[in-house]
Amino acid sequence: MNLKLIFIIIGMALATFLTRIGSQVVFARTGMPVWLEKWLKHVPTAFLTALIVPALLMPRGYLDISFGNSYLLAGIVAAFTAYKTKNVLVTIVVGMGIVIALNRLMI
Amino acid sequence: MEKDLTHTLQNPDTVIWKEVLRDCLPITAGVIPFGLTCGIMGSSAGFSTFEITFMSMAVFAGAAQFMSIAMISSGITSWGAIVFTTFLINLRHLLMGASLSPYLLKLSRPLQYILAFGMVDESYALTINRIEKKGYDLYYQLGVSAFLYITWVSSTFLGASFYRNIPNPLEWGIDFALPATFLVLLMPRLADRTALIVCLVSALCAISGALFLPGKWYIIFAAVAATITGGILERGSKDES
Repeated sequence: MNLKLIFIIIGMALATFLTRIGSQVVFARTGMPVWLEKWLKHVPTAFLTALIVPALLMPRGYLDISFGNSYLLAGIVAAFTAYKTKNVLVTIVVGMGIVIALNRLMI
Repeated sequence: MEKDLTHTLQNPDTVIWKEVLRDCLPITAGVIPFGLTCGIMGSSAGFSTFEITFMSMAVFAGAAQFMSIAMISSGITSWGAIVFTTFLINLRHLLMGASLSPYLLKLSRPLQYILAFGMVDESYALTINRIEKKGYDLYYQLGVSAFLYITWVSSTFLGASFYRNIPNPLEWGIDFALPATFLVLLMPRLADRTALIVCLVSALCAISGALFLPGKWYIIFAAVAATITGGILERGSKDES
């Protein structure tokens, strides 16, 4: 067992819990300031985009905008699937199917 | 309606469990592949089955767990960097907690802590949906949280155990499950001009950051830059009206 890793996990657990209980501790009586609410509103969109885009455009660590990039092609189809169905399972199956199929074709 | 923990746990409402199951099952289909991927990715990054399962039990936050796995496997093992990143990723919970506060503050402290621990995107979404339809129910939120927690922890464990039987998970395209899941969460958010600009700024910053910054720091760079952009745009639109 890696003790350093266990300490990291415990730290992550505390940080996460802090964000989940924080509002009830801090904003319980005053209510959430409107300006903060407006700023935090965009955090999920910003984070999700920052997670998705490099995974699709640079799957091997360098910028790859070409038909040889199966993640990019699958990502475009998956984005449409996600938009139309809003279903995680369908989107994962469609996207992974395309990645596997394209990788087979290219080998 | 001051309710204490012992009373609540000794008097489970059996009727509400059917509603909990009915609402949770479709979401489980999205959580299980996520949890399996977490177990598989943790294992491929060098975590033992115990370590990655313990992470799911203690942290219970998908995006932050994936981020920490990515950071650790790319060589960032600083306690402060990973814990701070976790905090940043989960900052959105402050807002979710604030919107549930009117209902949670009527409960006893131990119950508030338990419900806060179990408040993830999915349980929050279901609870808010229940409030809008039929009103707040303590047992409903407890049930949904417990169901999602058990699903998350056991699917992480299965993924980590199953990992040894897969020669190379990347050939399965399993690493695509992550961006695919995030896409389902992202697409409905891009409903207005501000959200689209935030998305575009984040995409450009993420790519340039990934090219020029070490490790996974591009994510924090992109998220902070795009969030500030969104805040400025919101302020601008408020001034106009």
